[in-house]
Amino acid sequence: MNTHGLEAKPLNVSDIRKDFPIFSQPDGKSLYFLDSAASSQKPLQVLNAMDNYYCTTHANVHRGVYRLAEQATELYESARGKIGRFIGAPNPSREIIFTKNATESINLLSNSLSRGTLKRGDVVVLTEMEHHANLVPWLIAKEQLGIEIRYIMVDENGYLNLDNIDEVLRNAKILSITLASNVLGTINPVSQLAELAHKNGAIVIGDGAQFVPHVATNVTALGVDFLAFTGHKMLGPTGIGILWGKSALLDSLPPFMGGGDMITDVTLDGFSPNELPWKFEAGTPPIAEAIGLGAAIDYLENLGMDRIREHELELLSYGIEMLESNFGENITIHGPRNINDRGGVISFDFKDIHPHDISQILDQSGVCVRAGHHCAKPLMRHLGVAATARASFHIYNEQSDIDALIDALAKAQAFFG
Amino acid sequence: MPGLEDLYREIILDHYKNPRNEGEFPTPPAIKAEGHNPLCGDELTVYVILEGSVIKDIRIAGQGCSISRSSASLMSVAVKGKTLQEVDRLLSIFKSMMSISTNTSGETEAVDPVEYSERELGELIALQGVVKFPVRIKCATLSWNTLVQALEDRAS
Repeated sequence: MNTHGLEAKPLNVSDIRKDFPIFSQPDGKSLYFLDSAASSQKPLQVLNAMDNYYCTTHANVHRGVYRLAEQATELYESARGKIGRFIGAPNPSREIIFTKNATESINLLSNSLSRGTLKRGDVVVLTEMEHHANLVPWLIAKEQLGIEIRYIMVDENGYLNLDNIDEVLRNAKILSITLASNVLGTINPVSQLAELAHKNGAIVIGDGAQFVPHVATNVTALGVDFLAFTGHKMLGPTGIGILWGKSALLDSLPPFMGGGDMITDVTLDGFSPNELPWKFEAGTPPIAEAIGLGAAIDYLENLGMDRIREHELELLSYGIEMLESNFGENITIHGPRNINDRGGVISFDFKDIHPHDISQILDQSGVCVRAGHHCAKPLMRHLGVAATARASFHIYNEQSDIDALIDALAKAQAFFG
Repeated sequence: MPGLEDLYREIILDHYKNPRNEGEFPTPPAIKAEGHNPLCGDELTVYVILEGSVIKDIRIAGQGCSISRSSASLMSVAVKGKTLQEVDRLLSIFKSMMSISTNTSGETEAVDPVEYSERELGELIALQGVVKFPVRIKCATLSWNTLVQALEDRAS
C-alpha cells in the first residue's frame, strides 16, 4: 500500500478523536460510534470551514459582481477542484457535479439517460448487492421505458458470481455497480468489469458511496465513465453529493433539473443549457456544504488514504477475530473471508436475537450499530434474513470500540439467552 | 435514559420465546393480511377465522424482533374469541397507549388519550414501556395494523 516502500505510520487515533466534538458528549458518557457506513462524524476543521464561510463570505455564487459574491464563488469552485483531484478526475472544473447525495447523483444519471439514450428493450446490468439508491432509479426507468434489467448475482461467499458474466453483459447499454457493498463489505472487481462492459459498448457507472471515503480512488484506474458518491460518509456535511463523469458523456446528456444557473439563455419559447458542470446544477447549490466537503477532503488527504485503509483493515481483522472467538457458532458474519476484499463493515447475525434487539441493548452501553435491511432488501432476501446488525468503521475508531461492542453483545446474549 | 427492563418485561420475553397462536390457516376460510415494517424489514402475516362478528381463531406467521413478535403473540391472545366491537375497543386503547407527542416543555404525553382500566388491557399492559423507546413503537403496532388491514380487506 505504501508507495515509498516504507511501513506506513499508523494513524494516531487519540489525536484524531480530539478533532471530533461528538466524542465529548455533554453527559460525559463514552460514545462507541460504529455506524460510519450510514454517516460519518465531522471534525472541527469541517465545521469551522462552514462556519467561517457563513460568518465572513456568504453570498450567492455565480451571480453578483461584488467582491463577497466573487469570494463565495471562488471557495465553491475551489472545493470542486479539490474533490476532483481527490478522485483523480482528469478535468475537475468541468467533470465534478455537485448534487445532494449519491442517490441524487444516480437519479440524475438515470433521468438524463432515460431522455434519449435508453430505449425500450435496452439492457441495464446491476448487481444483487446494490443499495436501493442504485436499484430503484433503474426500476423507475424500467416502469417508464420498458428497459430490461439484468443482475450479476452474489455467491455464497459474498462475492459477485462472474461465471456467466459474458452472457449477462451481452448487448448491455449500462453497467451500474457498487464499488463496495454497504452490507457485505465486498469490494468488487470494478476495473475488470468495466473493461468487459466497455467491450460490449456499455456505459459504466460506479456507486462509490462506501468506497471513496475509505480507499484511495482514481477514476481512470477504475475505468468507470461515471462515479457517484456522497459527502456525509467521508467526514463532510449532509446535503452534498458528487457525480463525476467523463466530459464527452456529460456533454451529450440532457440536463436533469431546470432552473437558475443551468442555462445560458432563456426565451419564452425555450432555453439553452449552460456549460459543464453548471448545466447539471439548477438553483442555488449547497455552497457551505461544498466548502465543508472540501475541508473534509483536506483532512483525509492530510492523514493519507493509504494509512486510513491500513487502519480500517486492522480494525476489520481485530473485529472479526474478536466476534468469532467470543461468540463462535452463535454468530454469523456475512461477506468475504479475505479482509483485503472488504471495506470497513461487518454485518452479522446473532443466533436467536433479532438485530433490532441487539441494537437496542448495545445502545444502553453507548455502542451505536445499525440494525435493519440497510436499504438492500434484495440482498437481504439472498442472505435469507430480514435484517442484520452492522458495525462499520472510520478513522476515529479504535480497538476499544470493538471491545465495547463485544462486552455489549455479551450482555445481549445474557439477557436473551 | 429508560432502562431495558422498561422495554423487555418478563411477559414480553416469554411471548417472544414461546409465541402463542403461531402459524398459518388456509385461506379461505381464513382471511389474511401481510404487514411490513420498512424500517427493519420485519414481515408478518395475520390469519383470522371469523364466525359472524367473532374472531373465532387467529394465527400469526413471520419474523421480527422481540417487540414485534411478542406484541403479535399478546394481540392474538387478547383478540381470540372477542367480537369485532370488543377488538375495536382494544385497538383504540392499545393505539392510545402507543401514541405520544412531545409537548412544549419537552415532556411526552399521550395523543388522544382513551380512558381505560388495566383490567381491560390485561397482559397487553406489558408493552406500556415501549412508548419510551419511540423507534420501537412501530414494532409493537405492526401486528395490530395488520389485523386491521385483514378486517378491512374483508369488508371491501
